[in-house]
Amino acid sequence: MRKKECVAMILAGGQGSRLGSLTQKIAKPAVPFGGKYRIIDFPLSNCHNSGIDTVGVLTQYRPLALHSYIGIGSSWDLDRRDGGVYVLPPYAQEGSAEWYKGTADAIYQNLNFIDMMNPNYVLVLSGDHIYNMDYSLMLEHHKKQKAEVTISVIEVPWHEVSRFGIMNTNTTGRITEFVEKPKEAKSNLASMGIYIFNWRLLRKSLEEDRKNALSSHDFGKDVIPKLLADGHRLYAYYFKGYWKDVGTVESFWEANMDLLEDDPQLDLHNPNWRVYSVNATRPPHYVGVTASLTRSLVGEGCSILGEVDHSVIFPGAHIGKGAVVKDSIIMPYATICENAHVYRGIIGRKSLVERGAVIGAKDQLEITVIEENIVIPSNAQVLDNSMISTQKQVG
Amino acid sequence: MQNVMGIINLNEGQDLLKELTKGRPLAALPFGGRYRLVDFMLSNMVNSGMQNVGILVHDKYRALMDHLRSGKDWDLARKRDGLFILPPNQNPCSPGGCRGNIENFYNNLDYIESSRQEYMLIAGGHIVCNLNYRKVFKFHQDTGADITVLYKEDDVEEDISQYAILDCQPDGRIVDMGIISQKTTSRKVSMEMYIIKKSLLVELIKDCHTRGGWDFVKDVLIKNVNQLKMFGFPYKGYIARIDSIKNYYRHNMELLKPEKWEELFFRSGLVYTKVKDEAPVKYKENARAFNTMVANGCIIEGRVENSILFRGVKVHKGAYIKDSIIMQKCEIAENAIIENVICDKNVCITKGKWLKGETNYPLVVEKGTII
Repeated sequence: MRKKECVAMILAGGQGSRLGSLTQKIAKPAVPFGGKYRIIDFPLSNCHNSGIDTVGVLTQYRPLALHSYIGIGSSWDLDRRDGGVYVLPPYAQEGSAEWYKGTADAIYQNLNFIDMMNPNYVLVLSGDHIYNMDYSLMLEHHKKQKAEVTISVIEVPWHEVSRFGIMNTNTTGRITEFVEKPKEAKSNLASMGIYIFNWRLLRKSLEEDRKNALSSHDFGKDVIPKLLADGHRLYAYYFKGYWKDVGTVESFWEANMDLLEDDPQLDLHNPNWRVYSVNATRPPHYVGVTASLTRSLVGEGCSILGEVDHSVIFPGAHIGKGAVVKDSIIMPYATICENAHVYRGIIGRKSLVERGAVIGAKDQLEITVIEENIVIPSNAQVLDNSMISTQKQVG
Repeated sequence: MQNVMGIINLNEGQDLLKELTKGRPLAALPFGGRYRLVDFMLSNMVNSGMQNVGILVHDKYRALMDHLRSGKDWDLARKRDGLFILPPNQNPCSPGGCRGNIENFYNNLDYIESSRQEYMLIAGGHIVCNLNYRKVFKFHQDTGADITVLYKEDDVEEDISQYAILDCQPDGRIVDMGIISQKTTSRKVSMEMYIIKKSLLVELIKDCHTRGGWDFVKDVLIKNVNQLKMFGFPYKGYIARIDSIKNYYRHNMELLKPEKWEELFFRSGLVYTKVKDEAPVKYKENARAFNTMVANGCIIEGRVENSILFRGVKVHKGAYIKDSIIMQKCEIAENAIIENVICDKNVCITKGKWLKGETNYPLVVEKGTII
């Protein structure tokens, strides 16, 4: 096998429990996003667009959808003779079978994979962030600074700093301080969970971390602080574009709505930075005589006969005559029947909102999530997602 | 159906669709918002369970090869069998134009003979339909026919004079076959799709070639109506013959009827095509769209009515598109108005321009034109 300069490892095992019923049956990176994509399309496409052709995807929670989605990686041009995409689930070893205990442990358990590729650098990514980023520029920066670790950072709003790993840098960009989820922070430079490591150093520190019984085996909590304390050269790489951690229902909804602006920060239509995905085999969508469509994204195979405003409609969805869909996300193959109304709703895959049913309310700020394969009977009213489990399920 | 190989025979003598087929074979003509004509036939074959398909091409076939590549998008990139482009010999055409399809068949006989399938399904590249051949193949075996010809009764086409008309007995046996004449009462129009045993085809082609024949329909089928056991299979579903600008326009527009859309794209199988990874369609604040089919990658700010937009079309503010077909990556600038127009790929209609054709004579704008 040809020697690789940089291998990417995507951490895609998370349940994402804060996404509620969106991740009941699938891992967070497999959640549909943006009218045709799944969240993991973003890091995978970034890898492809950055010229990284060897990617390990570490899975754990409910991996079926993710595994079958990734397949041999051909959708991202990652079906290569040397390298390509490798799905890496946890596995049994002599005497024990263990789950990935933390982000660092997940990489540790796959050291043999990276050994096989023997790269100079390892790029560690999260599988659940929405952003377009050229990793090759970050790698260039890493080499130029002669860094041992480079962490990509972004300025976040001050009131959100407690959600992130926050760091301080000196004037050259060298990291002087790193605190995971601080209550009070000195800066608003947040780690994006994107790291480039010199492979030898990473290998050594993961082995040390493994032996440390007190460690929670997490990059942000344990490995990075330890490397910093040991005086290694850690540098920050400033990212200026759009980046969003879609960890909660609100941020997931917001990130979808962000795409609907006239000139969105994250441009899906940029021909020079395509986001690749498994494409639905569907005809172009059909807009009926009675339809009205504004400020929306609509995927293939949909038929739109009703009124859609400020919403994201995934492939194969149907919006019936007289239906109103506003500020909502309609997942693949969901059906909104005649005269049904959906406000600030996230309607799961293949769910059916029957005639005249109302999801959410016009002036309500809460987001209502309907799980996949749910039938909302006609004329029912759903104000939050507490009701959904009582509905009958369709196969 | 694994025992049937497919041959798509792109036999076109002249540029039937003028500007639209100037630089591409008819089979590579964009259709239905994101497809090329050949996609329908390939998908039919693949959905029927066939896995060996050869395409007999004549000239200008680069556009087609671009589109098909390895055949991966139709699941035809296989270790054995799969998709094969069967090019013509170096100089297949006499100065007066192509002499017909027998010569091309003959030149590729070695490929056809060496394939491991016992039967062949031969089809043209200009008929759009969504049909499963399993029933036809069973019919072929049940009747013990030498050749089964698919036909469509009461074809909606205004001009069927270039297609063979079949005269069948009640059991389907073909007693006569010919080009339409005043005496013809039958409306059973050949779909130019045939099932035949491979060994018989090879024999017929060789025989025809040695006698100097060059047209498959006239010299092989019609001349042998009495010698061979030929049966007609009636096809009842949707079919669109594309052989003129007029019917190309009309059939595209027909897809705006939801029942036709449903039938062509879903009824008996999905239609595959080359994947382009375009983003979902973006409708902006002032977008208006009615009775319209829109493919991925489009950005719509203007008004679109009764039209078909292919992938990656941009419709700017104040632009108005009516009764038109806009192919891939066209741009309709601010306040431009177009009506009854077919824009080939990469056309740009600049600010404020006004273009109008007629329903029975749509205006065709050639590929890459800036107006």
